[in-house]
Amino acid sequence: MYPTDLKYTKDHEWLRQDGEHVLVGITDFAQRQLGDVVFVELPEVGRQVKQHEVFGTIESVKAVSELFSPVSGEVVAVNPSLASHPEAINQQPHETWMIRLRPTAESAEIGALLDSSAYETLTR
Amino acid sequence: MVDFSGWEMPVEYSGITDEHMAVRTRAGMFDVSHMGEIEVAGWDAVAAVQWLSCNDLNKLSVGQIQYSALTTDTGTFVDDILVYRFAEDHFLLVVNAANTDKDLSWIRSQLAAVGGDVSVVNASARYALIAVQGPRSPEVLRELTTVDLDAIKYYWFAHGEVAGVRGIISRTGYTGEDGFELFVPPAMAARVWDAVMQAGRAVDLKPCGLGARDTLRLEAGMRLCGSDMDETTSVLEAGLGWIVGWKKDDFLGAGVLRAQKAQGIGRKLVGFEMVDRAIARHGHAVLRGDDRCGVVTSGTQTPFLKKAIGLAMVPAELSAIGTPIEIDVRGRRARAQVVAEPFYRRPKPASTS
Repeated sequence: MYPTDLKYTKDHEWLRQDGEHVLVGITDFAQRQLGDVVFVELPEVGRQVKQHEVFGTIESVKAVSELFSPVSGEVVAVNPSLASHPEAINQQPHETWMIRLRPTAESAEIGALLDSSAYETLTR
Repeated sequence: MVDFSGWEMPVEYSGITDEHMAVRTRAGMFDVSHMGEIEVAGWDAVAAVQWLSCNDLNKLSVGQIQYSALTTDTGTFVDDILVYRFAEDHFLLVVNAANTDKDLSWIRSQLAAVGGDVSVVNASARYALIAVQGPRSPEVLRELTTVDLDAIKYYWFAHGEVAGVRGIISRTGYTGEDGFELFVPPAMAARVWDAVMQAGRAVDLKPCGLGARDTLRLEAGMRLCGSDMDETTSVLEAGLGWIVGWKKDDFLGAGVLRAQKAQGIGRKLVGFEMVDRAIARHGHAVLRGDDRCGVVTSGTQTPFLKKAIGLAMVPAELSAIGTPIEIDVRGRRARAQVVAEPFYRRPKPASTS
């Protein structure tokens, strides 16, 4: 079951609205495909990312994957605990955010993301 | 599940870290039936194996196992192998799955050139292979066999029954831990697997896949032929001078290897540890200035040591322990350092066995 308060991408990131910001992480499906996460490379605070642009990489013991931004915006924070505890992504994928973005006013981008039932269908 | 040389194999069961830690601290079991087996027997079998492989059979007793390599005439790898001495003139070569056919045709073509009374048989379909690895693997198997496991020393084997199935019990493995490899008839393999799973409950034994097999062997500094070395890598360049029988008569590649030993080698496979936070992977370049001077052959984040480590082929002048090196990790320059191998060495058991 995917939380209904999140929006999802076909690349298996999720987005959570948090006031004027959004939080971005990867889904339970994604973490299960990756296996044990051991390393996350995140962008500098202040960087501008476009929708679908690569904002970082995530490595498990067995694979490396790129992380794609669900929306355009400015990175206002990265999750500081991931440097020492990347395994949190496996343990609580939908609670463990990677970057905090200030979206650049194009709410259409968010509207076009998948809701939980559409995402669940995608991963079936 | 992934395709591995035509074998459908699991990358992981409960997770690579979980499986890796089970083997380091308790016990784990691997289905490694994909490994190839080639039997070599006959009056001239000793001469044949002495010619084809670089290690020395004079150091191998009946019942004993030797790590060796099938070498080309330039001292490079056709394959790395284990040689089991079944009898004075009867050997089992355990080879890499992907290389079984290549090794067979190589052995046959080389022996055809020198002649002699020796038969070479692909016995791979006769053996399933189950590896039970980890400090508590002896107590798991003790439940299932009357064979005196303590009497089987490291790199020796015995014939006997496990879970009522007759086979070969070999004290070997690819994990750096104590453990056993069981050669059993394929039709009986599931029975042995199930029995070990059952007996392993007491120590929380975990089934393990290819992922943990790779992280465990790398942590133990064991090479993977085809990844760390191949037909372009000499046995000395791979850091495996200890498997060359320098005292024995001529063998394939002996001339080149002896010359390399006398004159030194230009490049060497070394262990490294990342200094910067990054994981170097197979194929990443080792840099000197902006030039690519070497290549990473294996690399991972190891679950037990919790470090990013790997093996890299580097110029000899960068091979000394402690040498700082730089690696191009997907466009980012990351610092690493040459370190002593193995990365992990198992603690000595309290009692001798």
